[in-house]
Amino acid sequence: MSDLTKLTLAAARDALKKKEITSTELTGAYLGEMEAASALNAYVTPTAEKALEMAKASDAKLARGEGGALEGIPLGIKDLFCTKDVLTTACSHILDGFHPPYESTVTANLWRDGAVMLGKLNNDEFAMGSSNETSFYGPAVNPWRRKDSDAKLVPGGSSGGSSAAVAAKLCLAATATDTGGSIRQPAAFTGTVGLKPTYGRCSRWGIVAFASSLDQAGPIARDVRDAAIMLGSMAGHDEKDTTSVDRPVPDYEAALGQGIKGLNVGIPKEYRVDGMPKEIDDLWTRGIEWLKAAGANVKEVSLPHTKYALPTYYIVAPAECSSNLARYDGVRYGLRVEGKDITDMYEKTRAEGFGAEVRRRVLMGTYVLSAGYYDAYYLKAQKVRTLIARDFAEAFSEVDVLLTPTAPSAAFAIGEKTDDPLSMYLNDVFTVTVNLAGLPGISVPAGLSAEGLPLGLQLIGRTFDEETLLRAAFAIEEAAGFTAEAEAWWRA
Amino acid sequence: MSVDQKTVRHIARLARIAVRDDELEALAKELNGILDWVEQLGEVETAEVEPMTSAVAVAMKMRDDVVKVENLQKEVTRNAPGAEDGFYVVPKVVE
Amino acid sequence: MAETMVSDFERTMKLREARKEDLIQGATGDWEIILGLEVHAQVTSNAKLFSASSTRFGAEQNTQVSFVDAAMPGMLPVINRFCVEQAVRTGLGLKAKINLRSIFDRKNYFYPDLPQGYQISQFKHPIVGEGEVLLDMPDGRTVTVGIERLHLEQDAGKSLHDQHPAMSFVDLNRSGVALMEIVSRPDMRSAEEAQAYVRKLRTILRYLGTCDGNMEEGSLRADVNVSVRKVGTGLGTRCEIKNVNSIRFIGQAIEYEARRQIEILEEGGKIDQETRLFDPKTGETRSMRSKEEAHDYRYFPDPDLLPLEFTQDWVNDIAASLPELPDEKKARLISDYALSPYDATVLIGEGARADYFEAVAKGRDAKLAANWVTGDLFGALNREGHSIEESPVSAKQLGELIDLISDGTISGRIAKQVFDSMYKTGRDPAQIVEEEGLQQVTDFGAIEAAIDAVIAANPDKVEQTKVKPQLAGWFVGQVMKSTSGKANPSVVNEILARKLGLSSDD
Repeated sequence: MSDLTKLTLAAARDALKKKEITSTELTGAYLGEMEAASALNAYVTPTAEKALEMAKASDAKLARGEGGALEGIPLGIKDLFCTKDVLTTACSHILDGFHPPYESTVTANLWRDGAVMLGKLNNDEFAMGSSNETSFYGPAVNPWRRKDSDAKLVPGGSSGGSSAAVAAKLCLAATATDTGGSIRQPAAFTGTVGLKPTYGRCSRWGIVAFASSLDQAGPIARDVRDAAIMLGSMAGHDEKDTTSVDRPVPDYEAALGQGIKGLNVGIPKEYRVDGMPKEIDDLWTRGIEWLKAAGANVKEVSLPHTKYALPTYYIVAPAECSSNLARYDGVRYGLRVEGKDITDMYEKTRAEGFGAEVRRRVLMGTYVLSAGYYDAYYLKAQKVRTLIARDFAEAFSEVDVLLTPTAPSAAFAIGEKTDDPLSMYLNDVFTVTVNLAGLPGISVPAGLSAEGLPLGLQLIGRTFDEETLLRAAFAIEEAAGFTAEAEAWWRA
Repeated sequence: MSVDQKTVRHIARLARIAVRDDELEALAKELNGILDWVEQLGEVETAEVEPMTSAVAVAMKMRDDVVKVENLQKEVTRNAPGAEDGFYVVPKVVE
Repeated sequence: MAETMVSDFERTMKLREARKEDLIQGATGDWEIILGLEVHAQVTSNAKLFSASSTRFGAEQNTQVSFVDAAMPGMLPVINRFCVEQAVRTGLGLKAKINLRSIFDRKNYFYPDLPQGYQISQFKHPIVGEGEVLLDMPDGRTVTVGIERLHLEQDAGKSLHDQHPAMSFVDLNRSGVALMEIVSRPDMRSAEEAQAYVRKLRTILRYLGTCDGNMEEGSLRADVNVSVRKVGTGLGTRCEIKNVNSIRFIGQAIEYEARRQIEILEEGGKIDQETRLFDPKTGETRSMRSKEEAHDYRYFPDPDLLPLEFTQDWVNDIAASLPELPDEKKARLISDYALSPYDATVLIGEGARADYFEAVAKGRDAKLAANWVTGDLFGALNREGHSIEESPVSAKQLGELIDLISDGTISGRIAKQVFDSMYKTGRDPAQIVEEEGLQQVTDFGAIEAAIDAVIAANPDKVEQTKVKPQLAGWFVGQVMKSTSGKANPSVVNEILARKLGLSSDD
């Protein structure tokens, strides 16, 4: 059974088309792996029955020689995406029992292209976190462990269930979302590929909103090709989302093999931060060498406002989320805690329904928007954001992509950073800039730490130039030759 | 800028999240930690800078004045913790 | 003392001075009422401002609610172009500045009829800027009321609080309907002016077709800001009376509130700035919220939307399609038809009424037409509770009636009888005159014969008339009686004068 799950998405797609395997077989294999992997807590809501129904329908199509780009391909869906009539909670207590009467546009696109839904994946509550530890359903666990240690490690966040599931081969690929790094950082922690497209490339309709001007859906997959295939289905204009952009979706897979001769790569000097672990710096240097060897021109560039990105993010994101989460009030769906009057009900429901991190960010956001503080915080942060975006625009007048590390460390242990919110926030230091500027970014597994844990390199591209980004990522992937896999300690 | 416990209580009320008295001190401390950290934005010169109005630099698309949604009474009340006769039912609002 | 200093704000605002008649006499002196109105007008459109559900009034609860209106997770707003057009149209009708770029902001607060926990509105950059409205006061004077701004925003749903002792019931049908909030300058000085303002605003909106102005259904609501001051002193603290939904109540609320404030100030107290509600049953205003509950709306630009932008060309197209507005129509009626300002003002109150008048007046004596339309027809419509659209007498028919008077077929007096019959039965005037034989008798011979008959029968009266010429009127009455009112009065007078030996100089 597990031979089937060894196939990449691209290979499985080809095998299905050639009728060498059926979707029912493939889906069955994955369902079996999922059942055996409860120790990872990657899935919060498996949908076995539905998966087999969808597989059957796909097999009928494939038998006739028909089918879409993802026909019969079993996927995991982050629990932030509303899936029609299937429990969707954003891994929060406050959305207990919520069965959406509608399907998010991104997942609708996947089903349109024939994919199969294995289930809903764990994430940090309302996508707020960098370790999947704030989930109401308990942490997801990284399939990777340190050499000679059985300490449970975080799979990164917020898309920890997605990254764990892809790394442990519990699905062929997964959907995820990225607001400050929530696709890329978990991908780096789990040795998988995580792609955050340009803001507006994918529709946000039907995705539980965290920070509207930063959120973006994207895939986590086993390799760059699989990620490219996924993006091709997920992306596209949606007239129900005013912030989605009307541009045709290119064939991303076709961009991969074009090589990077003559590509101009920038190395932002401000990303060499104080206290950066040597092995990550070394990996970065190796990445530079790989790109040069493949024919790229590499030069140093400057993004002067880099250090202000994290504080900017931690004003803008909480501000927007404090308003986006006001609708969770116990009136129309989800948890309701009774109260003596409406105000009492609101306060009790939200106090019980929201976890500590969500509450922290909602209070922070409420404060920075409140009377007397708007100019000093929110307005100021939005101005700094303009400067950050300008830094990138200037850099991209000289280079085509930027290369940086994805995360300042390898995966850490569950519970290691939960005492200090600030130390958790620092996980996003290399990734938030990209969301603030609305650019596309991708993390590619590039090496192992001294303790045997995956490390990732990040590439950042121009707006709507995912093709160049994927092309460069493909080159890194080829050069890195990362074939290490997590040992399946979690099998029941 | 720093917040005291009274301010935390006020913010919690604005955000409609009940906060126990014994939580106020820890919350104030956490928020102050974050606020101190974001203070560094004050170092950035932004007098002549426009705030970012949108990450997308396109004109807002508008839709036609057509009704596309008919009766969804069942769907929109299906998940409600309190619903009756198609109304949402909530504890009384005290004016 | 702050009371006697005129603030910089005031100086730059150049506030209107009230007339002596509008001042309220208090125990300690004369008080001036300063009034500003914020009117919420529901935009006439098929679908809501940011969602594709219907705006129709009166549907069963929660049957016109989309997932966006219900603020379900992941839902997003998309703006309705026609609602934007209606706001531009209204701005043009208010002679206001149209802002080609404006921003939508979130106004954050919690209330069960506000499912998102915020209202999408416009705060710092509204779609329409400064304009003005001209009020036609009953005594003939014109008052100019400045408009500060107009912005677009979402309406909230409805909560029913009286169905159950401990629970409220929420209906979101109205949630998300487009509203135009029209903010006036504090230029009104009396309840009468405030009422005239709302009437004129409503008329303009109806002419434009951008709001039906139906206050009973809630498509037009007014928040009234009231403050008082001694003439020449600084502006007083104002109170806002929210959601007054009839013109009559606006007047009552202002009268009560002004006196309430004056009484407090005269006793040496001070006015608390607060929001109040008008209770039509008691005729009083009462405070709406507790003093601690200060609203901090935490406005910020809605990140789910982009700035609203459109071109001057688009605005020009809308301007070109505007109907004739009330003020223009009034000026034209006065110049084209030599109507009095009073008659013209009455006619423009409703576009349909003015149209009716013009259809009647076309090619006819305008004064006659005005009298018949504003006097007889409007009188009958008011008595019977009919709108102009429901008039049983069409403009064509009324015109024909006037023609019958002008060409002498019937007298003015008979015409009134015919009109009553037209109104009751809907028949044409010519038909009624024919069937009931009401043609005016102008036959000299016939009239002379009738006069001779009356003279012959009343020789004593003839003698009396020689002494008292006024008594000739009695003869006229008798002749009219004997001819069933159909004798042409001027012919009767002429022949009678001759027969009675009365000179025409008498």
